[in-house]
Amino acid sequence: MSEIMMEARSLHRRFGGLKAVSDVSLAIHRNEVHAVIGPNGAGKSTLINLLSGDIPVSEGEVRLGDHEITELKPNLRAMAGVGRSYQKTTIFMGSTVFENVRLAAQAKSGHALRMLGDVQHDDAVNEAARAAIVATGLQARSGTIARFMSHGEQRQLEIAMVLATDPKVILLDEPLAGMGQAEALRMIALIRSLKQDRGVLLVEHDMDAVFALADRLTVMADGKVIASGSPDHVRNHPAVRMAYLGDHEVAA
Amino acid sequence: MIRLHPTMLRGLVALILIAAAALPLLAPNYYVQFASKAMLMGMVALSLNLVVGYGGLVSLCHAAFFGLAGYMLGFMTPESGGASFWLSLPVALLAVAVVAAIIGALSLRTRGIYFIMVTLAFGEMLFYLFHDTRIGGGSDGMYIYFKPEIAIAGLPLLDLEQTRSFYWLVLAMLVGAILLIMAIVKSPFGHALQAARDNEKRALSLGFPVFRLRLVAFVVSAMIAGLAGYLSAAQFGFVAPQMLGWHLSATVLVMVVLGGMSSVLGPVIGAFALIGLEEVLKSSFEHWKLIKGLIIIGIVFALPGGIRQLAELLRPRREDDEPVSADPPADPNARRPAAPAAPPKVETKGDFQHV
Amino acid sequence: MDALTFAVQLLNGLQYGLVLFLVASGLTLVFGILGVINLAHGAFYMLGAYLAWWIAAHTGSFMLALIGGVAISFVLGLLLEEIFVKRMIGRDHLAQVLLSFGLILVIDEVRQILFGKDVHSVAPPAWLKGSIQLTDILSYPVYRIALCVVCLVLAGLIFYMIQRTRLGMIIRAGAENRDMTRALGIPFDKVNRYVFAGGIALAALGGILVSPISTVFPGMGDGMLILSFVVVVLGGIGSVAGAAIGALMIGLTDTFGKVFFPQFSSILIYVLMAGILLWRPNGLMGKGN
Repeated sequence: MSEIMMEARSLHRRFGGLKAVSDVSLAIHRNEVHAVIGPNGAGKSTLINLLSGDIPVSEGEVRLGDHEITELKPNLRAMAGVGRSYQKTTIFMGSTVFENVRLAAQAKSGHALRMLGDVQHDDAVNEAARAAIVATGLQARSGTIARFMSHGEQRQLEIAMVLATDPKVILLDEPLAGMGQAEALRMIALIRSLKQDRGVLLVEHDMDAVFALADRLTVMADGKVIASGSPDHVRNHPAVRMAYLGDHEVAA
Repeated sequence: MIRLHPTMLRGLVALILIAAAALPLLAPNYYVQFASKAMLMGMVALSLNLVVGYGGLVSLCHAAFFGLAGYMLGFMTPESGGASFWLSLPVALLAVAVVAAIIGALSLRTRGIYFIMVTLAFGEMLFYLFHDTRIGGGSDGMYIYFKPEIAIAGLPLLDLEQTRSFYWLVLAMLVGAILLIMAIVKSPFGHALQAARDNEKRALSLGFPVFRLRLVAFVVSAMIAGLAGYLSAAQFGFVAPQMLGWHLSATVLVMVVLGGMSSVLGPVIGAFALIGLEEVLKSSFEHWKLIKGLIIIGIVFALPGGIRQLAELLRPRREDDEPVSADPPADPNARRPAAPAAPPKVETKGDFQHV
Repeated sequence: MDALTFAVQLLNGLQYGLVLFLVASGLTLVFGILGVINLAHGAFYMLGAYLAWWIAAHTGSFMLALIGGVAISFVLGLLLEEIFVKRMIGRDHLAQVLLSFGLILVIDEVRQILFGKDVHSVAPPAWLKGSIQLTDILSYPVYRIALCVVCLVLAGLIFYMIQRTRLGMIIRAGAENRDMTRALGIPFDKVNRYVFAGGIALAALGGILVSPISTVFPGMGDGMLILSFVVVVLGGIGSVAGAAIGALMIGLTDTFGKVFFPQFSSILIYVLMAGILLWRPNGLMGKGN
C-alpha cells in the first residue's frame, strides 16, 4: 500500500443542529486519486472545506503526512502543502493567466510580506509560474486576461494556480462542473497527471469521469461514509446501490 | 484614455516636479502655505488609499492617526524652542504605529459594515480621549509655538519657520511617500494585498497570511497619515481634537474616491481638487458646506469611477466608442504590465467573478 | 455609595440605555434589512431635537413638538428613501458611507439656515415638571421617570412588531438572509421604505425625548451616531434584541463609569467594545460567531 499523504480521522461538523459531516474517515494516498461521490447535500463540499481548513471541524482530526493539522488556518495548510480548487471558479478575472499563476507561486515563495522589489523580477517565482502553466497546457494563453477565456480554460487556470503552490495534496471540488465534452476530456487527462507524486481528492458528479480516474472511492450520504474501497468494490456494494446508484443502472 | 510614451511621461513628471519646486520662488506666501496644506491632505489621501483602494477595507479612523501624530509633536515641543525633528518625528510615528496596530488588530477581526463602524468608533475613542480629558488641553487644543528644528551636529539644516523651506520639506516628503506607495503596490506584499481584496478565500487557500497582510498595510498607511499630521501640526502651530474627528476621515475618503482608487496618484489629485474646491466655495458662499454635501452626493451617483471617469465623459466622442464605463474593458490579448488595476468597487469581490 | 444613590444611578443608566436603544434599533434594522450603512442616522437625532425645540417654541406644546417632530422626520425618511437610499441598495459600502456623509453636511447646513446654531433647551410638558423628593437632598425628576416608561412601552411595541406581525416576520427573515427573502417575492420596496423611514423617525424621536433633560446643540448627532454604532457592534447587525442588550450595557457602563472613573468614562465603552470584539467579533447576537 502506498504512503498516506493526508488523512481524516472521524471528522464531525455540525451547523447548529444539522450534522453536515459525521464520523468521516478517509485517507489520500500518494500517486492516487481518491474520489468522493454522493448525492447533493451528502457533505462532500463540507468535507473538502474541513480538509482545507476553510471551515473548522467540530470533532475529529486532520493529518497531513505525520503532522496533525486540525487547528491550522487555511493559509498555513496551503503553505504546508494542501492545494484546493473551489466549486465556483475563483481566479483573478482582471489579471492575465501568467499574473494569476505568478501570484500563486509567490504565495509559496513565502515573501508575502516583502514590500521591496518588483514581483515581475523574481526569477524563481516566474520560473515556478511558467512550469505550472506548461504542466496545465496553458502556454499559449499565458498573456490572456482570465475574463476572456472559456470556462474550461478558466478551470485549467485554477488548477495551474494550485500547482504553482507546489502542493503535496490537491483537493478538487467538482472540477468538471459546467464543462462541455471536449473540455471535460482535457480536464480528465489533466487530473490524471496531477496525481504523479501527489495525492488527489476528487469530489465529482460526473460518474464517467469518476470511474475513469478514481483509484479509490468513498461514497457519502447524509454526511456519513456508506462505502469505501476500490471502485469495483464500491460499485457492487449493496448499500451504495440502494442509497445512491439505485435508480439508475451503473454503466459497466 | 490617453496613453503617454514612457519618455514623454518621464518628461512630464520632471516638468511637474520642477514647477512644484519652483512655486515658492514665484508665488506669494499665502499660496505657498495653501499648497503645503493641500499636499499634506494629498499625503493622507494617498495613505488611506493603500487600505481602501488596494486593501479593500473602508477605514474611517485615519484622521485619528493624523491628529495623534500632531499631538505627539505638541507634547514633545518644549516651552522654549522647537523640538528636534530627528527625535520627535520617529517618536510620533512610533506612537501612531502602536495605536494603529492595536486598533487594526481588533478591527480586522470584522468585515464589511462592521469594519467601517469599528474603525469609526475607535477613531472617535481617540477624539474623546483628547476632547474630554486634560491631555493636550482638552477641547481647546494646544499651541505649538515653535516649529521642529532640523539640525545636524548643532548646525541648522533647514529653517522650517520659513514658508518656503517648509513647503520644500512637505514636497520632498510627499514625493517620498508616493514613491514608497508605488513600490509597495508593485511588491510581492502589494500583490498579495490586492489578491486578498479581490478574493479573501482564494488568497488564504493559496497560502497568503491575509490578516497579517492587512494589519501591516493598516499600520504603514496610518504611519504615513501620521507623517502628514505631524507636518500639519507643525505648519499651523496648533492641534485640536477636531483634527482626529471622523469628519476629516470621511472628507479624506471623498478625496480618495474623487481621485479614483485604481491609481497611486489619483487620491493626491482628488485631494488637490477637493481642497481647491472648498477654498473657492468658502470664499463665495456662506453655506458652502451645503454645496460640498451636494457635490459629494453627486459624486456618489454620477462618478463611481472618480475624476478619471469625468475625463472620459468629457472626451470628444468617437465612432468606435463603447459605452463609457468606470473600468474600460481591456484588449483581450493585451498583456498588462504592472499590478492588476483596482476596480472601483471596494467590497471584497471587486475584481472577482464567480462562474 | 449608599443604596439610594446607587438606585438613582441605576435608573439613570437604564434611562440612558433605553434612549440609546430607540436610536440604535432604527440603525440596526436599516443595516439588517436594507444592507445600507447610514452615517446620517445621528444627524436625524439632532434634527429631531431641533424640530422639537422649534415647534415647542412656536406652539408652547411639547406634545405637539413630539408628534410634529416624529411625523416630519418620518416623511423626510420616506422622501430620502425614494430619492437616494433606493439607489444605494446593492452598491458597495464605500458609496453608502460617502452618500450619508454628504447628507450629514446638507442636513447640518439646512439646520443652520432654518434654526441657527445656538444651544437650546426644551421645556417638558407642565404635568411632567417637578421632581419626586427621595430624601432631604436627593430628588428625581418626574420627566426622567416618564421617559423610562415611554421608552419601555416603545421597546415593547418594537418587539411585538418584530415578533408578532407580518411586517416583523418579513423583517426578521430579511435580516437573516436578504437574498433569499428577496427571491421569495416579498414586496421589498415597500418594506424597505417603511423600515428606513421608521428608523429615521426612531432616531428623531430619541432626540426629541431627551431634549427636555439635556441641551439641544449642533454636535449632538455625532456623539449619538458613534454610540449607536458601538451598540450595533456589541449586539450584532440586524438584531433588535442585540441592540437592547448592547444599549443597556453602554447606558450602565457610561453612567457608572462617570461615577467611578470620571476622567476616563468616555473611554470605557470602547474598552467594552474591544472586549466584545475579541470574544465575539460579530456581536453578542450576531450571525456566524
